[in-house]
Amino acid sequence: MTCTEFLAQLDDLIDDTVTTKMRADLQEHLRGCDHCEVTLNTTRKTIEIYRSHEIYDLPNDLRDRLHSAIMARCKKGC
Amino acid sequence: MATIQPIAGENEQHPDVALVERVRGGDVSAYDTLVRKYDRQIFRIAQHITQNREDAEDVMQDAFLKAYEKLDQFQGNSKFYTWLVRIAVNESLMRLRKRRTGKMVSIDEDVETEEGSVPRDLADWAPDPEQNYTQAELAEILRKTIQGLPQGFRVVFVLRDVEGLSTEETAETLGLSVPAVKSRLLRARLQLRERLTRYFRKKKGSKETGVEK
Repeated sequence: MTCTEFLAQLDDLIDDTVTTKMRADLQEHLRGCDHCEVTLNTTRKTIEIYRSHEIYDLPNDLRDRLHSAIMARCKKGC
Repeated sequence: MATIQPIAGENEQHPDVALVERVRGGDVSAYDTLVRKYDRQIFRIAQHITQNREDAEDVMQDAFLKAYEKLDQFQGNSKFYTWLVRIAVNESLMRLRKRRTGKMVSIDEDVETEEGSVPRDLADWAPDPEQNYTQAELAEILRKTIQGLPQGFRVVFVLRDVEGLSTEETAETLGLSVPAVKSRLLRARLQLRERLTRYFRKKKGSKETGVEK
């Protein structure tokens, strides 16, 4: 397996949607390729870091204000 | 945009469907529950697309109001959340269009770039690299990095990886094919990885091993 072929399967590997056979082939490639190992690990970390950090917070006071405005209009029939 | 298709294999009724039925029956408080359940996600999506806080506030209000007005059109064969996200994405794009004085804005914008298709910076990251920054610094790095992605990649990454929609739901929401979503997701992930490496790379001389496989 080449690095390009590995890369084509990267998302499916991360999302755990590869077949058992494909997973074994990918792992075999990883054993001999530091570059792909780094790409896999740091791509996983990229996703994890965006999932676990709130970068656009909705403060409670703003949330309450927007919520009240929405519900007031809904009660009036918009 | 593609027609909303039924989600195969989902025979059990989602709890949101019962809430929607109550709203249709005149119980406005049930809508209150739906707003509380999804307001943070809708606000985040709007902010990711418009990249403007005031616009995101307006989009959030408009999306929930439009969903309320159009609730009769909600078929119940897709998730309420996916349907709502689709409204929010459209409202966000309309808001961008308004800001750019009528210039067409679409989720296909700038997707022809080849950047990030092949990893170039192959430096490993330090273990727990986020610990080298304060929460505020880290949030700024993450914001700046994702804002640099082409719109069409950013929206796919946000819906699929941050908000947890499936590939099929992301495709349905954005009116894209599943292969198009997959292609954009891979390139978005690789571009973000590449850009974050500038901040998170392991310092030279460090002997620590990287993230677990």
